[in-house]
Amino acid sequence: MTVETPYQERYRKLKDSAAAGEEALSRQAVIQVGMATCGIAAGAVPVKEAFVRFIEEKNIDARVMEVGCMGHCYAEPLAIISKPGFPALCYGYLDEDLVERLVEDYLLNDDPCYEFALVALEPNDVFPTLSDFPRGVHEKKIVLEHCGFIDPGEIDHYISRGGYSALAEALSGTPATVLEQVKESHLRGRGGAGFPAGLKWEAAVQAGGGTKYVICNADEGDPGAFMDRSILESCPHQVIEGMLLCAYAIGAEKGYLYIRAEYPLAVKRVRLALEQAREKGLLGSSILGSSFNCDLEVFRGSGAFVCGESSALVRSMEGKMGIPATRPPRLAQSGFRGRPTVLNNVKTFAYIPPIINRGVDWFRSIGTEKNPGTAVFSLVGKVAHTGLVEVPMGTTLRELIYDVGEGVANDKAFKAAQIGGPSGGCLPEAAIDIPIDFDSLQEAGAIMGSGGLVVLDEDDCMVAIARYFLEFTQQESCGKCTFCRLGTKHMLDLLTAITEGRGEPEDLEVLERLAWEVKEGSLCNLGATAPNPILTTLRYFRDEYEAHINEKRCPALMCSELIVYYIEPSKCSKLCSVCVGSCPTEAIYTRDDGLKAIDQDKCTKCDNCLKTCPPDYNAVIKLSPPGLLAEKEGGKGA
Amino acid sequence: MVEGEEELIRTSVSEVLGEQEAVRESLIPILLRVQEKLSYLPPLAMELIAGALQIPAVDVFGLATFYNQFRLHPPGKYQLQVCMGTACYMVGGKIALDCFERRLGINEGETTPDREFSLERVACVGCCTLAPVVVVNEEVEGRVTPTRVDGILIAFGKKIQPSTGVGEKKGDDGS
Repeated sequence: MTVETPYQERYRKLKDSAAAGEEALSRQAVIQVGMATCGIAAGAVPVKEAFVRFIEEKNIDARVMEVGCMGHCYAEPLAIISKPGFPALCYGYLDEDLVERLVEDYLLNDDPCYEFALVALEPNDVFPTLSDFPRGVHEKKIVLEHCGFIDPGEIDHYISRGGYSALAEALSGTPATVLEQVKESHLRGRGGAGFPAGLKWEAAVQAGGGTKYVICNADEGDPGAFMDRSILESCPHQVIEGMLLCAYAIGAEKGYLYIRAEYPLAVKRVRLALEQAREKGLLGSSILGSSFNCDLEVFRGSGAFVCGESSALVRSMEGKMGIPATRPPRLAQSGFRGRPTVLNNVKTFAYIPPIINRGVDWFRSIGTEKNPGTAVFSLVGKVAHTGLVEVPMGTTLRELIYDVGEGVANDKAFKAAQIGGPSGGCLPEAAIDIPIDFDSLQEAGAIMGSGGLVVLDEDDCMVAIARYFLEFTQQESCGKCTFCRLGTKHMLDLLTAITEGRGEPEDLEVLERLAWEVKEGSLCNLGATAPNPILTTLRYFRDEYEAHINEKRCPALMCSELIVYYIEPSKCSKLCSVCVGSCPTEAIYTRDDGLKAIDQDKCTKCDNCLKTCPPDYNAVIKLSPPGLLAEKEGGKGA
Repeated sequence: MVEGEEELIRTSVSEVLGEQEAVRESLIPILLRVQEKLSYLPPLAMELIAGALQIPAVDVFGLATFYNQFRLHPPGKYQLQVCMGTACYMVGGKIALDCFERRLGINEGETTPDREFSLERVACVGCCTLAPVVVVNEEVEGRVTPTRVDGILIAFGKKIQPSTGVGEKKGDDGS
């Protein structure tokens, strides 16, 4: 056995005391309620209160704990109940009634109510565990390992599971060892572009002595992606430890977590975590008794997508507008306040402690050769099981959507996977057998990006999707480069015209040419990737564009200017007038024969009547192009 | 400006300036703190901040308009934020936004003249499973249909007149 260094000894004491505290509590039943922003939105607060109330009423020896996101968002609110003598079970779709029943039947008596359990968290003889489901087979959690199982407001939970041991080990060696390990691990930055983290750090080391900075980019502005938020809300210490390791490796004494102001809960939890780390001597001056000093603080970003670009982010920290600068110099040479700065994504930092703990070989054994490790995705849209998932690099998109996400929701047909947000692209059915890694996705025209994956089904119009993203990038363009500023606006105008039925056949050519010009003529990646949604939809779904332009028809029946609502008289019933009440503009009236019809002049196409029409009738339909209406109405002889 | 508002702005700004170092780097934190106190950034506040930091007022205004987080209009008593994340947009977020605009007679980013309601669009709030989502006074409301839009407004005492739908279609949404 190797001799323990003073830092490791000091850490062991911290860990022992944390573990002792945990041990004392493990004899009682524990209820862990998922309380990240998404859980709270789904109603986790009343669920937690109900647990507390019923437990108090019945005088049960149990403890209710707030944890972060477990990733199974489709079943929120979620809770894990661990009762001594039973396997830990996860329950979903909770409400107060179900909570009352669980407290009564399970906590008070010994019936675990298996009919409501989703999954068991440890192997047992009675209930399937995660690895018995396709999702569990594919999933491999490194970054999300502790998310949903520990209280983010309790540093001891993290420490008792081995948290901060990587820091203790690193302090016992030299900064060069840490750098070497990160370099050897071939870890690629998870911010989107996949630049090797080790090389970035090395550049900062080579930039010489003096003041240096570490910045964690948590300015997750990509609509449809929320993993960085979830990580910071569920396990902030792992990110903090990763940042400290980076600071140690490059010789920085000050770091910042740049978190969007839109994530108030993440800001709150990170600030609390920093405070607790400081109290334990894991942050601040002479960390774990060593000569290493480093302090971290939160900088609240104020909502600008372009600030995800590193030089723009740094400028915004300096109190200026977030406008990207030309590179070189790279941030590693001249960044925040003109000093060498390492800026990495939340996930990148979260990988560092496990790499130091379990070694480079372990890390490189996961994923593919050029893309070691895992990929974290927020799987949303028309997929049955939405959630936060982490799979090894190299898993195919098909596996991710059909096995992990359990396919498209509501028996609809799959149309496309939108990956990488506004900078990414839409991949059709034919292209989803590609493995997920930085290079393969780029080849297919999409990008890994921050990891938002939105599944689109037959009801989604690809032109409207392209327009949606262009509207976003156009608004978020900082205005520095002419091509991005004017080009995105012009492309948006063209797309708007197409979705409104004013498109001309030559528009497609103009769009394509503009797209390439904007790509070439933009300094930063916002502009250089903004045309991706257009280029991929044009490449894979050109027929939809053509239908909009040539036939003034929206094949997905989504573009409101190209559709009309119509009530099929043969399906409508005299006995029902649900749609009449549902219409916010009184456009639906009862005809002389008792059936309902729509006054097209009043209709605002809000979709309400279609949603409320009982499934027995399904009489409300959408028609595209609107010209079909005359045919239909002519047919009935009115 | 309402009575006493100028006084409130002056005291709030000087309080915030007391907490922060008067350097350019503090500008965003200062603006965020002032907005937390006043719930928006009135022109007077921006001028006072510019004076304290000895920078041109246009720099402060530039920053306040560059970042989405800053509000230049006073928010309403009831704040409605319609999520425009990808998942919400695809299943009717735009429809919900249109309904609010129609009912309130304002565009997104504006406040009703009686300062009762303000309407904004937000990028993803991360509740994609409940799409389309509307954040009503910081509380997330999921699966919002046009009927629910009316329900939300009625609950806050808004009288709903059945509109004709004619001639109400707004043009450019100001983007």
